[in-house]
Amino acid sequence: MKIKKVASELELERVVAGDEAAEVTGVHVGDLLSNVMSRAQAGDLWITIQGHQNVAAIALLTEVAGVVVAEGLDIDDDTIVKAEEKGINLYQSQLSSYQLAGQLYDLGIK
Amino acid sequence: MGSNADSKEIINAEVEAGDFSSGGEISSKLKDLLRKLGTSSKLIRKIAIITYELEMNIIIHSEGGSLAAEVNPGRIDIIARDEGPGIEDVDKAFKPGYSTASESVREMGFGAGMGLCNIKNYADNLEVESELGVGTTIRASIDLK
Repeated sequence: MKIKKVASELELERVVAGDEAAEVTGVHVGDLLSNVMSRAQAGDLWITIQGHQNVAAIALLTEVAGVVVAEGLDIDDDTIVKAEEKGINLYQSQLSSYQLAGQLYDLGIK
Repeated sequence: MGSNADSKEIINAEVEAGDFSSGGEISSKLKDLLRKLGTSSKLIRKIAIITYELEMNIIIHSEGGSLAAEVNPGRIDIIARDEGPGIEDVDKAFKPGYSTASESVREMGFGAGMGLCNIKNYADNLEVESELGVGTTIRASIDLK
């Protein structure tokens, strides 16, 4: 499913639009960055509660389809600037990581 | 190992201590470079994980250093050098979950004691030299097969 469609289904708030035609092929939920670095796969939608700029670096290196910052937590301005520079899809949601993961599962992303 | 006629350094950049804003930049540059050289995605992923961990370790734990990548026959070496403080107990540092990171660093999602384990898991060969008060050099080799 294209990330644009996923974002609309989950009512994600778009913070930075990168390539919204990117295909979401899986999901990774994680806040420990070394773990995300080694486990997230290219094409995953990464759900996290981290909003600092290293999130953008990891998103770029892992080639995830996009990042969702859960629980309505703040996203640093530096993160937004970096995501814009690198064309990373960045979203925000008031929902918890658990709720988001559940909805993605229901959408058929397994 | 080390530099010889068959060895080609493709990147060598300084890493500043505490410079979180640049974290991952050298890893990204190396990744782009490897892609241009036609390296497979699977290898690039391994190398990116190792390079990122080494880069962040210099930023988080050291007093500054450098990160380099060398293409050697049959393998790529990633070399992280720093100017201290050195690792007190290398065996302990490789224990999963062991970390000396500060609380503020942990809040950012680092310092979970996974970095060196990741490097060990993804490298085909790993050499660590560390001396207190002098510095640490880590050479991680990845086979090109």
